[in-house]
Amino acid sequence: MKPVVEVSNVNMTYQSPNGEIHALDDISFVVHEGEFVSIVGPSGCGKSTLLSIISGLLKPTSGEVLLYGEPNIGPSRKTGYMLQKDHLFEWRTILHNVLLGVEIQKTLTPEAREKALNYLKTYGLYEFRNKYPEQLSGGMRQRAALIRTLVPDPQILLLDEAFSALDYQTRLAVNEDIYLIIRQEKKTAILVTHDISEAISMSDRVVVLSHRPGRLKKIHNIELSCAKRTPLSCREAPEFRHYFQQIWKELDIHV
Amino acid sequence: MSDSAVIPSSSMAEPAISAAHAEYLNKCRRHKLMVRATQMAILVICIVLWEMLARAAIIDPFITSQPSRIIRTIGVLFHEGVLFMHIGVTCVETIIGFLLGTVAGVLFAIALWWSKFFSEVSEPYLVVLNSLPKIALGPVFIVWIGAGPVAIIVMTLAISLIVTILEVLNGFMGVDQEKIKLVHTFGGSKYQVLTKVLLPASFPSIINALKINVGLSWVGVIVGEFLVSKAGLGYLIVYGGQVFKLDLVMTSVVILGIAAMIMYQGVVWFENFVLKKNGQLQREDKDW
Repeated sequence: MKPVVEVSNVNMTYQSPNGEIHALDDISFVVHEGEFVSIVGPSGCGKSTLLSIISGLLKPTSGEVLLYGEPNIGPSRKTGYMLQKDHLFEWRTILHNVLLGVEIQKTLTPEAREKALNYLKTYGLYEFRNKYPEQLSGGMRQRAALIRTLVPDPQILLLDEAFSALDYQTRLAVNEDIYLIIRQEKKTAILVTHDISEAISMSDRVVVLSHRPGRLKKIHNIELSCAKRTPLSCREAPEFRHYFQQIWKELDIHV
Repeated sequence: MSDSAVIPSSSMAEPAISAAHAEYLNKCRRHKLMVRATQMAILVICIVLWEMLARAAIIDPFITSQPSRIIRTIGVLFHEGVLFMHIGVTCVETIIGFLLGTVAGVLFAIALWWSKFFSEVSEPYLVVLNSLPKIALGPVFIVWIGAGPVAIIVMTLAISLIVTILEVLNGFMGVDQEKIKLVHTFGGSKYQVLTKVLLPASFPSIINALKINVGLSWVGVIVGEFLVSKAGLGYLIVYGGQVFKLDLVMTSVVILGIAAMIMYQGVVWFENFVLKKNGQLQREDKDW
């Protein structure tokens, strides 16, 4: 498999009047095409910073990120970013919301619009295209946010705690939903989360980071024996608990 | 004027309305009607009471004026052909001051948001200018610009500009940082952040600034006219006061009140127009 994202020796130090904050310490890992990788770590370990660096929103203090073998400078069209909340603009219809990305990138062609409409059709939001976000349920809004990310056609999806604003039940359903869409569209995905179960159930591999400064503690290959690999059925797999225990210990969380 | 606040939270109501819901809607309508009726009653009672007390010589109409005299004064002014001239002068000054204050204030707020350096440098000046009673600058403007409409408009600007800047800037600062980040994740520029997120998201603050500005513009214009003018409602008030024609003063105040209300309604109308255009007021399922 082709390496799609190569993170090599990334260090990140923030400057502040009260001193330096060493956020990330020498992080290296590779994500291959079509893989779903999760990054977990205790709060404040710099996992969201790492995702911002991969997306090109932030420049690392040292080290580099290669996307498809090329150094990433600035937000790239190869990546699509999904934030914690859906952040649909309440003054735009769903269709105009999902076209935001192409509009900003000045590629709002009739084809792009056609593609957006197709996504909306495929994922059950077509009837809602002229509705406003407040008229949609939380799960539908998150799906619309994913379509907004997909319309500019990124190859790599970066999900920054993309489900943590949802209540637990909705979250399980949206996990399932988004996971299947990402698989169907054959995208590579990196998910940052603090939810260990979510990470295990969705991922091929889980990257564990340590307390600040975030160091790479371990990478788990998740192999679950379940017939159909979807997040919900994965939670039923006998190995699930084993992974959970192990990662929980590694996170080393004290209250 | 509370009708702008009554925005239906969801107009996706099913066609078949239950009896309980119909009852509820009826209650809402009755309540609204009661409020309106009471408002009208207060106004009518005040006017009637004023007129009757003056006629019964309980209050001295020479000092308090009275509704019938106000109407007569309006008639006199109209026959002299100066009524609309005075109203026009004041309204034009107010509208120019209002528009300039709004546009300049929004532009200035954008500049402050755009450059952190500029914003930090100007902060103490804005604080001082905001707390300074701008009316104190009136004589300065007259000396610098000369007694005339321009000085009056500058006075209006002085009063409304800083408030507009601060109000709009406050709106900008209240915009969710994550929404701005979203634009950046698509590789958006600062200008795109401004047009795609900042301006639409802070539309409520901008409208709020406009509403505050309506009042402030009138203050600026009337103060300006007090100081320098030879025409306008402010001039009529000062003149009437000096020659002890309280009828003229009261008449001008009443006209002023009506004009200010119309202008405020204009802003409310503009607000509803934009909201409706963006579909935030009335949800219509348009197909396209």
